Amino acid sequence: MDYIDPHIHMVSRTTDDYATLARMGCVAMSEPAFWAGYDRGSVDGFRDYFRQLTETEPKRAAAYGIQHFTWLCINAKEAENVSLSRDVIAMIPEFLDAPNVLGIGEIGLNKNTRNESIVFLEHLELAIKHNQSILIHTPHLEDKFQGTRMILDMLSDDQRLDRTRVLVDHVEEHTIAEVLDRGFWAGMTLYPVTKCTPERAADMIEMTGGERLLVNSAGDWGPSKPTAVPDLIFELRRRGHRESLIKKVVYDNPIEFFSKSSNFKFKPRDAS
Amino acid sequence: MNQRPANIVLEESFLDVRAKILEIAAVLDRVDRSLQDGTPLDEDISIRRDKIHDAIRLLLSEEPDRAERVQLLFSRKYSPAWRSELKVD
Repeated sequence: MDYIDPHIHMVSRTTDDYATLARMGCVAMSEPAFWAGYDRGSVDGFRDYFRQLTETEPKRAAAYGIQHFTWLCINAKEAENVSLSRDVIAMIPEFLDAPNVLGIGEIGLNKNTRNESIVFLEHLELAIKHNQSILIHTPHLEDKFQGTRMILDMLSDDQRLDRTRVLVDHVEEHTIAEVLDRGFWAGMTLYPVTKCTPERAADMIEMTGGERLLVNSAGDWGPSKPTAVPDLIFELRRRGHRESLIKKVVYDNPIEFFSKSSNFKFKPRDAS
Repeated sequence: MNQRPANIVLEESFLDVRAKILEIAAVLDRVDRSLQDGTPLDEDISIRRDKIHDAIRLLLSEEPDRAERVQLLFSRKYSPAWRSELKVD
Protein backbone atom coordinates (compact mmCIF):
# COMPACT_ATOMS: atom_id res chain seq x y z
CA MET A 1 0.00 0.00 0.00
CA ASP A 2 1.24 3.49 -0.83
CA TYR A 3 1.67 5.56 2.30
CA ILE A 4 2.95 8.95 3.46
CA ASP A 5 5.13 9.44 6.53
CA PRO A 6 4.12 12.90 7.77
CA HIS A 7 6.96 13.23 10.30
CA ILE A 8 10.41 11.77 9.69
CA HIS A 9 13.89 13.30 10.08
CA MET A 10 15.70 12.06 7.02
CA VAL A 11 18.77 14.28 7.52
CA SER A 12 19.75 11.77 10.18
CA ARG A 13 19.04 8.69 8.05
CA THR A 14 21.13 6.99 5.39
CA THR A 15 20.32 6.81 1.70
CA ASP A 16 19.67 3.10 2.25
CA ASP A 17 16.71 4.14 4.40
CA TYR A 18 15.23 6.07 1.47
CA ALA A 19 15.54 2.90 -0.60
CA THR A 20 13.92 0.77 2.11
CA LEU A 21 11.07 3.23 2.60
CA ALA A 22 10.41 3.28 -1.15
CA ARG A 23 10.25 -0.51 -1.21
CA MET A 24 7.81 -0.45 1.71
CA GLY A 25 5.41 1.83 -0.20
CA CYS A 26 6.40 5.30 0.98
CA VAL A 27 5.53 7.81 -1.74
CA ALA A 28 5.90 11.06 0.20
CA MET A 29 7.15 12.32 3.52
CA SER A 30 7.39 15.53 5.47
CA GLU A 31 10.37 16.46 7.58
CA PRO A 32 9.95 19.01 10.35
CA ALA A 33 12.97 20.99 11.53
CA PHE A 34 14.62 19.24 14.43
CA TRP A 35 17.18 19.41 17.19
CA ALA A 36 20.55 18.17 15.91
CA GLY A 37 21.55 16.50 19.17
CA TYR A 38 23.53 19.59 20.21
CA ASP A 39 22.61 23.27 20.44
CA ARG A 40 23.57 25.15 17.30
CA GLY A 41 25.41 28.38 17.91
CA SER A 42 24.39 30.78 15.18
CA VAL A 43 21.65 31.73 12.77
CA ASP A 44 23.93 30.72 9.91
CA GLY A 45 23.97 27.18 11.29
CA PHE A 46 20.20 27.13 10.85
CA ARG A 47 20.42 28.72 7.41
CA ASP A 48 22.65 25.82 6.29
CA TYR A 49 20.25 23.32 7.90
CA PHE A 50 17.26 24.85 6.11
CA ARG A 51 19.18 24.60 2.81
CA GLN A 52 19.66 20.91 3.56
CA LEU A 53 15.90 20.54 4.18
CA THR A 54 14.82 22.50 1.10
CA GLU A 55 17.50 21.52 -1.42
CA THR A 56 19.41 18.36 -0.49
CA GLU A 57 16.77 16.08 1.00
CA PRO A 58 14.23 16.57 -1.81
CA LYS A 59 16.90 15.40 -4.27
CA ARG A 60 17.88 12.41 -2.15
CA ALA A 61 14.23 11.41 -1.83
CA ALA A 62 13.42 11.95 -5.50
CA ALA A 63 16.11 9.45 -6.47
CA TYR A 64 13.84 6.79 -4.95
CA GLY A 65 10.55 8.18 -6.22
CA ILE A 66 9.62 9.77 -2.90
CA GLN A 67 8.35 13.35 -2.65
CA HIS A 68 9.95 15.24 0.22
CA PHE A 69 8.27 18.13 2.04
CA THR A 70 9.47 20.07 5.04
CA TRP A 71 8.58 22.45 7.90
CA LEU A 72 10.86 25.13 9.36
CA CYS A 73 11.46 26.47 12.86
CA ILE A 74 13.87 26.44 15.76
CA ASN A 75 13.09 23.40 17.86
CA ALA A 76 11.86 23.79 21.44
CA LYS A 77 15.03 22.12 22.73
CA GLU A 78 16.98 25.15 21.53
CA ALA A 79 14.37 27.72 22.53
CA GLU A 80 15.98 28.51 25.88
CA ASN A 81 18.22 30.79 23.82
CA VAL A 82 15.52 33.35 23.07
CA SER A 83 17.88 35.73 21.29
CA LEU A 84 19.05 33.06 18.83
CA SER A 85 15.48 31.84 18.42
CA ARG A 86 14.36 35.33 17.41
CA ASP A 87 17.19 35.57 14.88
CA VAL A 88 16.15 32.23 13.38
CA ILE A 89 12.47 33.18 13.29
CA ALA A 90 13.40 36.41 11.50
CA MET A 91 15.43 34.42 8.94
CA ILE A 92 12.81 31.73 8.18
CA PRO A 93 10.87 33.82 5.60
CA GLU A 94 13.90 33.50 3.29
CA PHE A 95 12.81 29.86 2.80
CA LEU A 96 9.02 29.95 2.90
CA ASP A 97 8.72 30.11 -0.89
CA ALA A 98 10.88 27.01 -1.40
CA PRO A 99 8.70 24.51 -3.28
CA ASN A 100 8.71 21.82 -0.57
CA VAL A 101 7.96 23.99 2.49
CA LEU A 102 4.57 23.17 4.04
CA GLY A 103 4.69 25.44 7.08
CA ILE A 104 6.15 26.14 10.51
CA GLY A 105 7.23 23.17 12.60
CA GLU A 106 7.93 21.29 14.64
CA ILE A 107 7.41 24.01 17.17
CA GLY A 108 6.29 23.17 20.69
CA LEU A 109 7.47 22.68 24.24
CA ASN A 110 10.11 20.41 25.73
CA LYS A 111 10.43 21.18 29.45
CA ASN A 112 7.44 23.53 29.53
CA THR A 113 9.46 26.61 30.48
CA ARG A 114 8.77 30.33 30.16
CA ASN A 115 11.33 30.75 27.36
CA GLU A 116 9.93 27.81 25.40
CA SER A 117 6.45 29.32 25.71
CA ILE A 118 7.65 32.73 24.52
CA VAL A 119 9.38 31.23 21.47
CA PHE A 120 6.33 29.07 20.75
CA LEU A 121 4.08 32.14 20.72
CA GLU A 122 6.49 34.00 18.42
CA HIS A 123 6.46 31.05 16.02
CA LEU A 124 2.65 31.26 16.00
CA GLU A 125 2.92 34.92 15.02
CA LEU A 126 5.27 33.99 12.19
CA ALA A 127 2.89 31.33 10.92
CA ILE A 128 -0.12 33.64 11.05
CA LYS A 129 1.72 36.52 9.40
CA HIS A 130 2.79 34.30 6.50
CA ASN A 131 -0.40 32.19 6.30
CA GLN A 132 1.42 28.95 7.12
CA SER A 133 0.18 25.63 8.46
CA ILE A 134 1.67 24.51 11.78
CA LEU A 135 3.16 21.23 12.99
CA ILE A 136 3.55 20.94 16.77
CA HIS A 137 5.81 18.80 18.94
CA THR A 138 4.48 17.85 22.35
CA PRO A 139 6.96 16.90 25.08
CA HIS A 140 7.69 13.35 26.08
CA LEU A 141 7.12 11.27 29.20
CA GLU A 142 6.05 13.02 32.40
CA ASP A 143 6.00 16.48 30.76
CA LYS A 144 3.59 15.53 27.96
CA PHE A 145 0.23 16.00 29.67
CA GLN A 146 1.07 19.41 31.12
CA GLY A 147 2.90 20.55 27.98
CA THR A 148 0.11 19.48 25.65
CA ARG A 149 -2.45 21.35 27.74
CA MET A 150 -0.24 24.46 27.75
CA ILE A 151 0.11 24.27 23.96
CA LEU A 152 -3.64 23.82 23.51
CA ASP A 153 -4.23 26.82 25.80
CA MET A 154 -1.94 29.00 23.69
CA LEU A 155 -3.48 27.81 20.42
CA SER A 156 -7.04 28.18 21.65
CA ASP A 157 -6.42 31.69 22.97
CA ASP A 158 -5.55 32.91 19.47
CA GLN A 159 -8.75 33.49 17.52
CA ARG A 160 -6.81 34.11 14.30
CA LEU A 161 -5.68 30.48 14.05
CA ASP A 162 -7.42 28.06 11.70
CA ARG A 163 -7.45 24.89 13.79
CA THR A 164 -7.81 22.70 10.72
CA ARG A 165 -4.32 23.85 9.70
CA VAL A 166 -2.65 22.78 12.95
CA LEU A 167 -1.27 19.29 13.61
CA VAL A 168 -0.49 18.46 17.26
CA ASP A 169 1.93 15.58 17.16
CA HIS A 170 3.07 12.79 19.51
CA VAL A 171 -0.38 12.35 21.07
CA GLU A 172 -0.96 9.34 23.32
CA GLU A 173 -3.87 7.89 25.26
CA HIS A 174 -4.05 10.76 27.76
CA THR A 175 -3.85 13.62 25.22
CA ILE A 176 -5.51 12.47 22.00
CA ALA A 177 -9.12 13.20 22.97
CA GLU A 178 -8.57 16.83 23.92
CA VAL A 179 -6.55 17.57 20.78
CA LEU A 180 -9.28 16.16 18.53
CA ASP A 181 -12.14 17.59 20.60
CA ARG A 182 -10.69 21.08 20.24
CA GLY A 183 -10.70 20.73 16.45
CA PHE A 184 -7.01 20.17 15.72
CA TRP A 185 -5.37 17.37 13.76
CA ALA A 186 -3.55 14.80 15.89
CA GLY A 187 -0.40 12.85 15.08
CA MET A 188 0.65 9.56 16.65
CA THR A 189 4.36 8.79 16.65
CA LEU A 190 5.40 5.15 16.55
CA TYR A 191 8.59 4.99 18.55
CA PRO A 192 10.40 2.40 20.59
CA VAL A 193 10.21 2.80 24.38
CA THR A 194 9.26 6.47 24.76
CA LYS A 195 6.20 6.90 22.57
CA CYS A 196 3.51 4.78 20.98
CA THR A 197 3.66 1.22 19.63
CA PRO A 198 1.80 0.18 16.47
CA GLU A 199 -0.53 -1.87 18.67
CA ARG A 200 -1.45 1.11 20.87
CA ALA A 201 -1.82 3.32 17.80
CA ALA A 202 -4.22 0.76 16.32
CA ASP A 203 -6.19 0.86 19.59
CA MET A 204 -6.50 4.64 19.36
CA ILE A 205 -7.57 4.46 15.72
CA GLU A 206 -10.28 2.00 16.73
CA MET A 207 -11.40 4.26 19.59
CA THR A 208 -11.47 7.51 17.58
CA GLY A 209 -12.39 6.28 14.11
CA GLY A 210 -9.34 7.83 12.46
CA GLU A 211 -10.76 11.26 11.61
CA ARG A 212 -8.08 14.02 11.64
CA LEU A 213 -5.53 11.42 12.72
CA LEU A 214 -2.05 10.93 11.24
CA VAL A 215 0.59 8.31 12.03
CA ASN A 216 4.33 8.78 11.68
CA SER A 217 7.68 7.20 12.49
CA ALA A 218 9.54 10.41 13.46
CA GLY A 219 12.61 8.41 12.38
CA ASP A 220 15.61 10.37 13.62
CA TRP A 221 19.11 9.96 15.03
CA GLY A 222 17.86 8.46 18.31
CA PRO A 223 16.28 5.05 18.89
CA SER A 224 13.58 4.99 16.22
CA LYS A 225 12.35 2.91 13.32
CA PRO A 226 11.76 4.62 9.96
CA THR A 227 9.55 1.76 8.76
CA ALA A 228 7.16 2.04 11.71
CA VAL A 229 4.21 3.16 9.56
CA PRO A 230 4.25 -0.10 7.55
CA ASP A 231 4.32 -1.86 10.94
CA LEU A 232 1.04 -0.11 11.78
CA ILE A 233 -0.43 -1.07 8.39
CA PHE A 234 0.48 -4.68 9.17
CA GLU A 235 -1.09 -4.50 12.63
CA LEU A 236 -4.35 -3.01 11.29
CA ARG A 237 -4.54 -5.69 8.60
CA ARG A 238 -3.84 -8.38 11.18
CA ARG A 239 -6.84 -7.12 13.14
CA GLY A 240 -9.02 -7.36 10.05
CA HIS A 241 -9.59 -3.69 9.37
CA ARG A 242 -10.77 -2.55 5.96
CA GLU A 243 -8.16 -1.36 3.47
CA SER A 244 -10.13 1.86 3.08
CA LEU A 245 -9.68 2.69 6.77
CA ILE A 246 -5.96 1.92 6.66
CA LYS A 247 -5.51 4.01 3.52
CA LYS A 248 -7.42 6.86 5.13
CA VAL A 249 -5.03 7.05 8.06
CA VAL A 250 -1.71 6.55 6.25
CA TYR A 251 -2.45 8.25 2.90
CA ASP A 252 -5.72 10.16 2.56
CA ASN A 253 -5.46 12.03 5.85
CA PRO A 254 -1.90 13.30 5.25
CA ILE A 255 -2.94 14.49 1.79
CA GLU A 256 -5.99 16.26 3.23
CA PHE A 257 -3.94 18.02 5.91
CA PHE A 258 -0.97 18.87 3.70
CA SER A 259 -3.30 20.22 1.00
CA LYS A 260 -3.96 23.17 3.29
CA SER A 261 -0.41 24.31 2.44
CA SER A 262 -0.06 26.15 -0.87
CA ASN A 263 3.26 24.43 -1.63
CA PHE A 264 1.83 20.91 -1.43
CA LYS A 265 1.90 19.74 -5.04
CA PHE A 266 1.58 15.99 -4.59
CA LYS A 267 1.70 13.65 -7.57
CA PRO A 268 0.11 10.26 -6.84
CA ARG A 269 2.05 7.29 -8.11
CA ASP A 270 -0.47 6.54 -10.85
CA ALA A 271 -0.79 10.16 -12.06
CA SER A 272 0.30 10.58 -15.66
CA MET B 1 -15.20 0.13 15.28
CA ASN B 2 -14.56 -3.45 14.17
CA GLN B 3 -14.03 -4.68 17.73
CA ARG B 4 -12.86 -8.28 17.69
CA PRO B 5 -14.16 -10.81 20.23
CA ALA B 6 -12.43 -10.58 23.60
CA ASN B 7 -11.53 -14.28 23.44
CA ILE B 8 -9.49 -13.66 20.31
CA VAL B 9 -7.86 -10.49 21.61
CA LEU B 10 -6.77 -12.17 24.83
CA GLU B 11 -5.70 -15.39 23.18
CA GLU B 12 -3.46 -13.68 20.64
CA SER B 13 -2.02 -11.29 23.25
CA PHE B 14 -1.44 -13.84 25.99
CA LEU B 15 2.20 -14.66 25.29
CA ASP B 16 3.13 -11.00 24.73
CA VAL B 17 1.54 -10.01 28.03
CA ARG B 18 3.14 -12.95 29.83
CA ALA B 19 6.56 -11.90 28.50
CA LYS B 20 6.08 -8.30 29.60
CA ILE B 21 4.96 -9.33 33.09
CA LEU B 22 8.00 -11.59 33.37
CA GLU B 23 10.25 -8.68 32.42
CA ILE B 24 8.68 -6.54 35.16
CA ALA B 25 9.05 -9.35 37.70
CA ALA B 26 12.69 -9.81 36.75
CA VAL B 27 13.43 -6.09 37.08
CA LEU B 28 11.83 -5.95 40.54
CA ASP B 29 13.82 -9.05 41.59
CA ARG B 30 17.00 -7.44 40.25
CA VAL B 31 16.35 -4.33 42.33
CA ASP B 32 15.67 -6.41 45.45
CA ARG B 33 18.89 -8.39 45.02
CA SER B 34 20.88 -5.18 44.65
CA LEU B 35 19.28 -3.74 47.79
CA GLN B 36 20.62 -6.69 49.79
CA ASP B 37 23.98 -4.93 50.01
CA GLY B 38 22.32 -2.52 52.45
CA THR B 39 22.49 0.63 50.31
CA PRO B 40 19.00 2.18 50.18
CA LEU B 41 17.47 3.71 47.07
CA ASP B 42 17.96 7.44 46.61
CA GLU B 43 14.80 9.39 47.37
CA ASP B 44 14.02 10.31 43.76
CA ILE B 45 14.62 6.72 42.62
CA SER B 46 12.46 5.42 45.45
CA ILE B 47 9.64 7.68 44.21
CA ARG B 48 9.96 6.04 40.81
CA ARG B 49 9.68 2.58 42.32
CA ASP B 50 6.55 3.69 44.17
CA LYS B 51 5.12 4.91 40.86
CA ILE B 52 5.74 1.50 39.34
CA HIS B 53 3.99 -0.18 42.27
CA ASP B 54 1.05 2.24 41.91
CA ALA B 55 0.86 1.45 38.19
CA ILE B 56 0.80 -2.28 38.85
CA ARG B 57 -2.09 -1.82 41.27
CA LEU B 58 -3.87 0.32 38.67
CA LEU B 59 -3.59 -2.50 36.13
CA LEU B 60 -5.53 -4.76 38.47
CA SER B 61 -8.44 -2.36 38.84
CA GLU B 62 -11.65 -3.17 37.02
CA GLU B 63 -12.17 0.38 35.71
CA PRO B 64 -11.74 1.13 31.98
CA ASP B 65 -9.10 3.26 30.24
CA ARG B 66 -6.15 1.75 32.10
CA ALA B 67 -3.67 2.96 29.46
CA GLU B 68 -4.85 6.55 29.85
CA ARG B 69 -4.78 6.33 33.65
CA VAL B 70 -1.26 4.85 33.65
CA GLN B 71 -0.15 7.72 31.42
CA LEU B 72 -1.64 10.22 33.85
CA LEU B 73 0.00 8.46 36.79
CA PHE B 74 3.38 9.06 35.17
CA SER B 75 2.51 12.66 34.21
CA ARG B 76 2.98 15.99 35.91
CA LYS B 77 -0.19 17.61 37.13
CA TYR B 78 -1.54 20.32 34.83
CA SER B 79 -1.74 23.75 36.40
CA PRO B 80 -4.39 25.97 34.75
CA ALA B 81 -2.51 28.93 36.22
CA TRP B 82 0.66 28.14 34.28
CA ARG B 83 0.60 31.48 32.44
CA SER B 84 0.79 33.56 35.62
CA GLU B 85 3.22 31.13 37.26
CA LEU B 86 5.62 31.42 34.30
CA LYS B 87 4.77 35.08 33.67
CA VAL B 88 3.81 34.39 30.05
CA ASP B 89 1.27 36.88 28.74
